[in-house]
Amino acid sequence: MQNEKDFERRLEQKGVSRRDFMKFCTLLSATMGLSSSFVPRIAEAIASAQRPPVVWLAFAECTGCAESVLRTTYPWIDELLLDIISMDYHETIMAPSGEAAEKSLHDTVTKYQGKFICVVDGAIPTADNGVYGMAGGKTFLEIAKEVCPKALATICIGTCSSYGGLPAAAPNPTGAKSVKDAIGINTVNIPGCPPNPINFVGTVVNYLLFGKLPDLDGKGRPLFAYGKTIHDQCQRRSHFEQGEFVTSFESDEAKRGYCLYQVGCKGPETYNNCPTVKFNQGTSWPVQAGHPCIGCSEPDFWDRFSPFYKEL
Amino acid sequence: MGKRLVIDPITRIEGHLRIEVEVTNGKVSNAWSSSTLFRGIEMMLKGRDPRDAYLFTQRACGVCTYVHGLASVRAVDSAAGIEIPDNARLIRNLLLGAQFLHDHMVHFYHLHALDWVDIISAMKASPQKTAELAAKVSPAPRSGVSDFKMVLARLKKFVDSGQLGIFANGYWGHPAYKLPSEVNLLAVSHYLEALRQQARTARMHAIFGGKNPHIQSLVVGGVTCATDLTPDRIAEFQYLWKETMDFVNRVYIPDVVAIAGFYKDWAKIGGTTNFLVYGDFPDSNKEPESFLFPRGAIFKRNLGKVEAVDTGQIEEHVKHSWYEGDKALHPSKGETKPRYENLDVAGRYSWMKAPRYKAEPMEVGPLARVLVAYGKGHAPTRKAVDDLLKQLAVPQEALFSTLGRTAARALETRIIGEAMEGWINSLVENVKKGDTKIYTDYEMPREAMGAGLNDVPRGSLGHWIEIKDGKIENFQLVVPSTWNLGPRCAKDKMSPVEEALVGTPVADPKRPVEILRTVHSFDPCIACGVHVIDPKTNEVYKFKVV
Repeated sequence: MQNEKDFERRLEQKGVSRRDFMKFCTLLSATMGLSSSFVPRIAEAIASAQRPPVVWLAFAECTGCAESVLRTTYPWIDELLLDIISMDYHETIMAPSGEAAEKSLHDTVTKYQGKFICVVDGAIPTADNGVYGMAGGKTFLEIAKEVCPKALATICIGTCSSYGGLPAAAPNPTGAKSVKDAIGINTVNIPGCPPNPINFVGTVVNYLLFGKLPDLDGKGRPLFAYGKTIHDQCQRRSHFEQGEFVTSFESDEAKRGYCLYQVGCKGPETYNNCPTVKFNQGTSWPVQAGHPCIGCSEPDFWDRFSPFYKEL
Repeated sequence: MGKRLVIDPITRIEGHLRIEVEVTNGKVSNAWSSSTLFRGIEMMLKGRDPRDAYLFTQRACGVCTYVHGLASVRAVDSAAGIEIPDNARLIRNLLLGAQFLHDHMVHFYHLHALDWVDIISAMKASPQKTAELAAKVSPAPRSGVSDFKMVLARLKKFVDSGQLGIFANGYWGHPAYKLPSEVNLLAVSHYLEALRQQARTARMHAIFGGKNPHIQSLVVGGVTCATDLTPDRIAEFQYLWKETMDFVNRVYIPDVVAIAGFYKDWAKIGGTTNFLVYGDFPDSNKEPESFLFPRGAIFKRNLGKVEAVDTGQIEEHVKHSWYEGDKALHPSKGETKPRYENLDVAGRYSWMKAPRYKAEPMEVGPLARVLVAYGKGHAPTRKAVDDLLKQLAVPQEALFSTLGRTAARALETRIIGEAMEGWINSLVENVKKGDTKIYTDYEMPREAMGAGLNDVPRGSLGHWIEIKDGKIENFQLVVPSTWNLGPRCAKDKMSPVEEALVGTPVADPKRPVEILRTVHSFDPCIACGVHVIDPKTNEVYKFKVV
């Protein structure tokens, strides 16, 4: 009882209404496949007194993953940054530059050694000793080797840090590798190009709630998000079963929302929750917008699944 | 000889940028801009299906998402000789318009504002006085005394926690911060509000594009969102557009004007000389004649003479970039050999190349667009610019500055936003008539050349493609940030950002917030800037005109 009061007080102090907060927690628990009895515990975990320190390293990337996380709405990004975690280093949004920015990184890595969460977006160029990517005069390879092993856990956000992604597409001009392959550590992978922010937030909450990271599949992906294929969850699945296919984007079949398998949809071989969670406050997802899935959460999809408009 | 100062990494940008300056008597006397990431997207495209190009190139940048995708499908459309249906043009315009609204808002509040706004000073503000000030600045929601009290309480909790997160080690208290506490609090409130608004604004992309970032409804020949041309979907888009425009008109533009009033000295700092615009937002299939933002080039700040653009005069230089080559080859036949030795500002110091037009560095982006449109007599632009100059009581010369660049970005946001209403209405009219065509079928040519010339939030963007045996033989991108933030050229002429930095005051080299102001005013987007075409050591290289 006392705990509950403390929790509500802390929630209030953080400027979050209880109603909004519970709504977010319900959504998260649904995404994570937990029963509703977990909802108050998720809320409790998120509202804990010390915000977990997070260091976000940007390597060979396009910043799409960082932008994706900015689009989180349950919680909103301002709540994530001010109330839930302490984003101590994130080059896209942090106030200081240069030496002052490096101080922020150094301070957290030193003060919270073994306790901070390291998030990585972007692959690590390894060819020619990693000269194709540098920040603050160090190669990304050096930075990763220095920072990631000191973290409590390294979460790879996006397909590039998870599996190499775009920079590793043939002919892989810079010898780009995933974090795991570049520096030989185990990582939690949240692939997607970019991934849905709810899968990233869900992973962080899983850690806050259970004190451990979520259960993963063989490719390092949390099962709560990547446990089923796109095809098995697709709204257009019945058209597949009926043999109703789009063969041209100009056709009546396209207007009727038929199955995109014959124009190259990679849904049957892609594990992700896009059809159920959707993107941008549940507004849509690529197949709903009439475009085949390109399999962006699978390793090597740029080469394995292309040409993209060819039937699997 | 002044003192050298290196800022690496430059934060609050997209990508990896290093700036080195020489400071003499408290002012920047020389500057070098280095891009420190190379991915080689163009090398990956060779031999692939031309239809796939947009999916790859869109990943050039996730901040200016969509725009490379658009440039690529336009390049392939042009190679295949496709005329896209009216609805596809409207939807592509609406998606590009939404990108501008989103991108410029995020740039001002989340990438640029902390150069002008002192978040710690905001904590000393009186909520009462802030509310009074807010009422004078603009009639906007969430501007009451209790609203500012809540923001203050939230800030205080945050600071008291001792975990300052993204605000730790900021340059707070620096003498270059000039805003009264109340203006700082107003701006911080809107910084937080804009964090939510941008997520809602991005939903416009999801409606016709499936998701944001990296929409997925473009295809060569048109767009794919056939099942979204429904009244409820269009209305949803219209609602989000309206909500965003309300924010632009009541919050973003008034904030820029209010803050600019305290920083008028920055209307004399950070200017450049020449400007280039490809133009964009076609109103019909007639390009560039029907563009909302006209194509044109301005030399030596002469607004009275806007020249026509000849893309054959674009060259890319590599004297100061980390590339090598054996023999001079045409780009369509070029080899790609990146070669990094070390960073030497007297020699090679960037992965970016140095594009030049008629051998001159050209600034691209919002200021260039506004100046070219102004010079060509575009009525809404003339009015917006003249009104602003009058309001701030500064001369036309003030446009050529860091402040001018930041203000131009805000002004064009409104102009584009207002034009979007017309495209929404046209889409409604077409659908009403039963015209729901969004795609034109085509046959991919075995051999062809194509170009997609665009103007996107950060400036003029060109994609060039050569198709051979139905596959990509060569693909080239010349992107806005390469124009603005590249290194010196073969003749050692500075790039726009290098030129703009000269003369910038630096009060405290340990805390160079003034340098960030000018660098951020260009809205650097570095991942897209770095690419490779036929690098030739010390060679000047010309594009084949298509």
